[in-house]
Amino acid sequence: MRTPKKRRLYLVLACGLCFSAAVALSLAAFSSSLTYFLSPRQVVAKPPAPGQSFRLGGVVEAGSVATTLAGETPTTHFVVTDGRAAVNVTFTGVLPDLFREGQAVVAIGSMGPRGSFVADEVLAKHGAAYMPKDVEQSLKEAGKWDPKFGPPPDANSWNTMQVKAGS
Amino acid sequence: MNEDVLAVTRPLKSGGWLHYLANPARFMRVAVPTLPWLAGVALLLCVVGIVWGYAIAPADWEQGDAARIMYVHVPAAWVAMAGYAALAVCSLLSIIWRHPLADIAAEEIGPVGAGFTAVCLVSGSLWGRPMWGAYWVWDARLTSVLILFFLYLGHVALIRAFDNKAHGYRAAAILALAGAVNLPIIVFSVQWWNTLHQGNTFSISGGSKIYITMLYPLLISTLGFYLAFIAMVVARVCAAICERKTASALLAAAER
Repeated sequence: MRTPKKRRLYLVLACGLCFSAAVALSLAAFSSSLTYFLSPRQVVAKPPAPGQSFRLGGVVEAGSVATTLAGETPTTHFVVTDGRAAVNVTFTGVLPDLFREGQAVVAIGSMGPRGSFVADEVLAKHGAAYMPKDVEQSLKEAGKWDPKFGPPPDANSWNTMQVKAGS
Repeated sequence: MNEDVLAVTRPLKSGGWLHYLANPARFMRVAVPTLPWLAGVALLLCVVGIVWGYAIAPADWEQGDAARIMYVHVPAAWVAMAGYAALAVCSLLSIIWRHPLADIAAEEIGPVGAGFTAVCLVSGSLWGRPMWGAYWVWDARLTSVLILFFLYLGHVALIRAFDNKAHGYRAAAILALAGAVNLPIIVFSVQWWNTLHQGNTFSISGGSKIYITMLYPLLISTLGFYLAFIAMVVARVCAAICERKTASALLAAAER
């Protein structure tokens, strides 16, 4: 039986389906511009022209950070990596508080003349894991995790873990 | 809206439960005595959750005290999205079943949801400045939540824009349903595209990436925010029903 209610239900379902498909297709088509940053792998595979502004995102490689002071303003050289490729970055200015080795960052700038990335701005991308300092310390002491080398291990291994008082 | 529409007494065979809930008089009989308790519990849970989160829970290993803003930001974001889902469900009930209470609920969810979305955006911005180094970036997560805010505002304006209320309900319901495609985009934005916003802490498969002493206050304040949202919407719906009853009583008195 075709009641008005049923007719309206099918109409809404059909419109919803078509509209969702249209949105999904346009999102897929614009996917590359919806992405906030390029990974080092993408940059190495298809380097943007020198001077063309883009955002580079990845993890600061452990042991790659070197800072030199010219007067009051520090200049920092570091390597941004995604595990498969790496890009050298130079930044003059004050880095965000969260900047450290193993920290995910997004650098805004352009490729310089010698294949290194010159950043005008560096943003820190913090992790999605929340834990107290003493939990992080005991994971470190147990050799299960070093924040220098990426995100923490499987959450079930630490999110209810007992920590010795005062450690 | 006149009294016949307000009092649907005979439940039809199909969707009888819908008609049971559709009766505003019955809704008022349940809602009015419940409301003070609902509001009280909501306030209590919000206060306990936020005080626990800000004063008792440990600071984060990486972000220190700045991470404490999550006890407001995260519940506000969840409620903003759940509120929009509720708005979409009301719109569906309105368009297909012509549910009279759903129209009123949709009209009243809009401003409350917009408020929670604003809290989410502002608190997120205040969190972003010290941690990321920027109040705002145009990444997929932040942009899609800003679109959610504009969808709420558009709905608030559209549903009140017609002299004939029924036209406003139809138009706003279509907007709300079309806007619902934004909800999965918000949720999956951090997985589909590179964003500055961090990925999801909570996942259905696998553990939650949050230590238990920080999880408890977050859950309490989330429950508090949800109940506060429900209490605000229910109070507004009760007020709207009273307004309509008064208006129709005045009209009847004037016609006599």
